[in-house]
Amino acid sequence: MTTVVPTGPPAAEQPKLATRTRRSAQTHSPYPTWFYLPAAVIYGTLFLVPTFASFYFSLTRWTVFRSTFIGLDNFTEFFQEPALVKGFVNTFLYAVATSGLKVVLGLLLGILLTSQIRARGYLRSVVFFPVLVSTVGVGITFTALMDPSTGAINSALSAVGINGPGWLTDPSLALFSVALVDVWKGVGLATVIYIAGIVSIPQDYYEAARIDGAGPWQLFRNVILPLSWPATSTVIVLSLIGGLRSFDLIWAMTRGGPGFSSDVVASVIYKQYQAGFYGLSTAGNVILFLVVTAIIVPLSRFLALKEVER
Amino acid sequence: MRSRTLAKRRAALAAAAVLPLLLSACSAGSLGSSSGDGSATTIKLLVDNAPDNLQAAKQLAKDFQAENPKIRVSVETRPGGTDGDNLIKTRLQTGSMADVFSYNTGSLFQQIDPTKNLAPITRDPYVKRLDKSFLPQVTVGDQTYGVPFGSALGGGVLYNKKVYAKLGLTVPKTWAQFIANSKKIKAAGIAPVIQTYQDTWTSQLLVLGDFHNVAAAEPDFAEKFTANKAKFATDANAAKGFAYLEQIHDLKLQNPDYASATLVKGLQMLATGRGAQYPMLSTVIGAIKTSNPDQLDDIGFFALPGDDAAANGLTAWFPNAFYVPKSTTGDKLTAVRKFLAFTASPTGCTSQAKASTPTGPYLVEGCTLPSDVPAITKDVAAYFTHDAQSPALEFLSPVKGPSLEQICVQVGSGITGAKSGAALYDKDVRKQAQQLGLPGW
Repeated sequence: MTTVVPTGPPAAEQPKLATRTRRSAQTHSPYPTWFYLPAAVIYGTLFLVPTFASFYFSLTRWTVFRSTFIGLDNFTEFFQEPALVKGFVNTFLYAVATSGLKVVLGLLLGILLTSQIRARGYLRSVVFFPVLVSTVGVGITFTALMDPSTGAINSALSAVGINGPGWLTDPSLALFSVALVDVWKGVGLATVIYIAGIVSIPQDYYEAARIDGAGPWQLFRNVILPLSWPATSTVIVLSLIGGLRSFDLIWAMTRGGPGFSSDVVASVIYKQYQAGFYGLSTAGNVILFLVVTAIIVPLSRFLALKEVER
Repeated sequence: MRSRTLAKRRAALAAAAVLPLLLSACSAGSLGSSSGDGSATTIKLLVDNAPDNLQAAKQLAKDFQAENPKIRVSVETRPGGTDGDNLIKTRLQTGSMADVFSYNTGSLFQQIDPTKNLAPITRDPYVKRLDKSFLPQVTVGDQTYGVPFGSALGGGVLYNKKVYAKLGLTVPKTWAQFIANSKKIKAAGIAPVIQTYQDTWTSQLLVLGDFHNVAAAEPDFAEKFTANKAKFATDANAAKGFAYLEQIHDLKLQNPDYASATLVKGLQMLATGRGAQYPMLSTVIGAIKTSNPDQLDDIGFFALPGDDAAANGLTAWFPNAFYVPKSTTGDKLTAVRKFLAFTASPTGCTSQAKASTPTGPYLVEGCTLPSDVPAITKDVAAYFTHDAQSPALEFLSPVKGPSLEQICVQVGSGITGAKSGAALYDKDVRKQAQQLGLPGW
């Protein structure tokens, strides 16, 4: 009987849930209810409270020292933010471009690295290596490499007579350049997922297809592509989420510049925070949370559905 | 029964936990008194990590300790820029601020809510020694909160005097002359106007440094701007800064690598004569001294010229200040006050000048510049001597938009025009004003 007493406060907050757990604890959980308390306290103070506090603070003008309730003004302000519209467009471009390239390159590399080639193990680890390097480090390195006048890339291009562009300083190229670096850094993970997917396809399918007279293209089109679908959907979801909330690489390389031309939603939010507009940046995070959820939940449902149909 | 044993156990535990503390307190106390400075007070001083400021702070601490052997000053550092802002705000809010800290004056000072967070020093005698142009920068209502740390600085154009002499140019008094000079410099194969957009903040000088000219033509602009009655896009005088940026881009007067150049690169170009003029703050003297010490005296300074040669003058920036948080009390507060008095005294100025090159005059009565200061400092100080200076807008109005640097990069790179850049900045400014809760926005 006494063991139930500590659950008093949570029971007061969420009576329905608490009764349900208590009943299930009595029936078949091997642990007493208080056993869950430490985890619940940690989860509550570090995740639940901040999350709900952030919903509240997104409705205030907040200076750290004091907050004034202003209703939905932050949200209207945020949607009027000149950089935000561009930020949204850029975010989608970036997410689609990086995840598309990762799927294509990852699949091709996956096929290459599951075939019978020399030094396969070594090549596999080489492809995966950039994943292990710190993103900011990669960003700083590529900023140096992509410098229009002194960078290695343009020096190499000028050696063969091409006048290289300002990769990160040309407003129409900057985002694309960062996306390429993101692909270079992230394609290793996609490749590993594809390798696992392709290796798990039973040999019987290949044999059956070959007996039916299928060439290499038909093998790829009708065996590898459909049967590695779980890998494809994993890569798409992972890299799309990564692309939508991408921030570190962009910040390390361009800080959203030149001007606002490579700003994404996350960097717009960060800049509001830097400027001390804490309420506004919290509102931005709430928006980002809703947008990412609105895209990823239906997408992963859809991808899972296709998987079952196979 | 059960609860009583529990209580007993708890008491034992508490005793065990406190005992070592007591013991250590005893031993520390006895050790202290035996070595003779049992009453020594240690105060913590938080400054930003810019080399010039850090050196000056350390020198101040050292010289102060020599005069006050019973007080120790330990210098801590924090990042500069917006990261530093957030750190300061967080530490003030959580009551964990160092005993005395340096921070900006003017508009940023207003944002740390001085009346709530800082201890006023209005009645302290050393406050009377502060320059009357400086006092409003650290005052809210009738309470004063800080003393200057470092010297004033000018925002204008650094120029290579050798290039000017070689091409027979004179310091321009109007913007038209500046453009004419620049065209001649370009014809000689030297980059006329250095721009360094990799360090975005450096892009703002043509707008911010033009404020003396705005104020000369329209003395009440700052007031109207704060009250939401004057806008950069619609005010003919204020809009000129953005137009200048557009013009130097359209006339191709920038160095060709302006988009990827950094401040350090820009200063090297200037010092070696590959670039002739660099709109900049005089605070970069320290950086030039590090990168090109031999060429430091080849570089001079002139205020950003406007339309009226007669009103030519300097846009001045005020130094940071030392502030005392409300969390500093008792002995530490007394010690901190002594430290502030030392900082705001001629000995304090000399001490700072020993460690870092002054970038303009010190704003404390009785302080003079050493005779061996670089040419830039002399040029800046001359404007103060002739009283041909006015404070930058950020010292007259709490409203400064955070995105000005990106907007300036856009205009200076030809991504947007001057008009839309100015309009964009007006929107940026509105957010800041609303955040501060100013009336009329």
